[in-house]
Amino acid sequence: MTATKMHRAASPEAAKWAGPTRRYDLLKEFVIACGVVAVIVVALAVVLGSPDDRAVSIRQWSHVTPNDFVLTAATELDGTSPTATYGAPYSYTSDAGQKLGPLPLADWGGVRQPVDTTNDFVVNPLRTIVGDAALTSALQTWTRAPDSVRQGWASAYDKALSAAPDNNPARVKPGNYGPVPVMLNRLLGMARSGGLDGALTSSSGFYAFNYTKPLLLLSDGSYLSGLATAQHLAGDQWGMMNETGNFPGQAWLWLYTFWYQISPFNSSGNADALVWGLMALLTLGFILVPFIPGIRSIPRLIPIHRLIWRDWYSEHPDRPAGPPTGPPTEPRPRADMSA
Amino acid sequence: MASIDVRQTPDGTEPTWTGALRRRLVASLPPDQLLPDRQPAYVASWIYVFGVATLAALLAVIVTGTILVLEGPIWWHTSTVGHFVNSLHLWSVELFFFCMVVHLWGKFFMAAWRGRRALTWMIGALAFVGSIGTAFTGYLVQTNFDSQWISTQAKDGLNSVGIGAWFNVLNTGQMLLWHVMLLPLIIGVLTIWHILLVRRRGVVPPFGAAESVQAAEAEPEATA
Amino acid sequence: MLTAGLIDLNHPGYYLHWGVIQVSLANAIVILLMIVVFAAAILLPFPRSRG
Repeated sequence: MTATKMHRAASPEAAKWAGPTRRYDLLKEFVIACGVVAVIVVALAVVLGSPDDRAVSIRQWSHVTPNDFVLTAATELDGTSPTATYGAPYSYTSDAGQKLGPLPLADWGGVRQPVDTTNDFVVNPLRTIVGDAALTSALQTWTRAPDSVRQGWASAYDKALSAAPDNNPARVKPGNYGPVPVMLNRLLGMARSGGLDGALTSSSGFYAFNYTKPLLLLSDGSYLSGLATAQHLAGDQWGMMNETGNFPGQAWLWLYTFWYQISPFNSSGNADALVWGLMALLTLGFILVPFIPGIRSIPRLIPIHRLIWRDWYSEHPDRPAGPPTGPPTEPRPRADMSA
Repeated sequence: MASIDVRQTPDGTEPTWTGALRRRLVASLPPDQLLPDRQPAYVASWIYVFGVATLAALLAVIVTGTILVLEGPIWWHTSTVGHFVNSLHLWSVELFFFCMVVHLWGKFFMAAWRGRRALTWMIGALAFVGSIGTAFTGYLVQTNFDSQWISTQAKDGLNSVGIGAWFNVLNTGQMLLWHVMLLPLIIGVLTIWHILLVRRRGVVPPFGAAESVQAAEAEPEATA
Repeated sequence: MLTAGLIDLNHPGYYLHWGVIQVSLANAIVILLMIVVFAAAILLPFPRSRG
């Protein structure tokens, strides 16, 4: 007997089936399946359509909630916005990156998508504007001032704007803000014209496929997140599973989003890393089900298989499922047992 | 499965790489096992159609996706035909996941990894996970509000474990290429491998069935 | 004609709440349908064909 034949004798379930067979047309089944799927898909598309909520723009944001735009721009300028304080991969900010236990995985990724919010979101776009004497003068003042002075102006304005009623720039208390009010006012004008969308997208060149900068700026404000929350798309609303309108979303993400709804994840600064780590572990477990004792026994304990194979069991009652009386039927970690 | 020495050619001449590969492939999956027109009598339940239904749905996803590729990623926003094709693509994806999960539930409760079929399960599980990733990049390249929200949210998860440094969900060009070329290629390879494994190992028998068939075969010898 | 479906789903979503669980009606229908289809696949008799 060859090694293969001996091995086969030890595992009957691995052997080529020697019992009764029936005629079956696989190709015909596939063609029928394609036909049925096509009919169902066309019917669903005709009856239910698909969602297409238009993308929002910085221009839109600056028109609908201008005060929120200016406040966000102030935090970009003074480096306190979520993007400015994010850390890797956008900037080197100590202690900003999330950790999985002791592992600073975020930092290990490195700063490979560098974003300097002060210059990328405010100063450089403003420099593209010509014919505005007040702006040119303000930018000169900004450029010539030392770093600490610039930071002082920007922080003071950010604080004052946050305290102003409705965050309205027109109701900011007088203070030492240097050229900052003029700069942010011009940035608002640029945003309203659509120029800021364009400047941020094409900052690296004519052809732009990379929307990192405009998306980060949008996500720092409240406009985008307000629209999302209204559509139940926020993280604490099981948003990951949901779709705009009444369309079904991604039901298969149920377990991923579940963890964000409960403690300790919903109050942890490392929530994302923790959830990713946990889901990576569970996914590994899912892939390795055949090797996990207990989990791999569930089909025997919850015998749905007796319904699936009821015809076979009714015609062949002498060997019901249960504790194996013969050779083992489940894979064991033996060297010769290739999965 | 007979063991064949792939180094030997029938006429004793110097073996070629091509010939050796062919003999190995045919030995591991003979044509009448690759495309059988008989199957075990126990394969008689509607649960068995969900594997092929998943495959058919995947084909619908690919066909509708290919039509979207022809006209570029912005077409469907301004064309009613394009929007309809997008709807077809969305519902074929929903049907694909629907059938795949029902197929997965069935295979779990049949403990379909038995009898050296663990790799089939693992490749299927990987295909499921890979499909989630592919669908995710699909949502990112819708180029609408959904894409804006999903990308700015998902970045936090990916950045938290360092992946976002390379896989930048805010880079729509990168995500489009991953969605249209790289990930479907991976899913295609996994799907084909999964199907070939099913053909190679056969459909898993009911608990105890293989033993009872083996016992029935052995009995005549015992009484001889 | 083909931009919205015959049934326009572009209205604010309807959501079901149960403790910490929030699920959209659309998703709930999909999940329920999957369970029903799974049960039907297991329970419905499969036609016996020619051997």
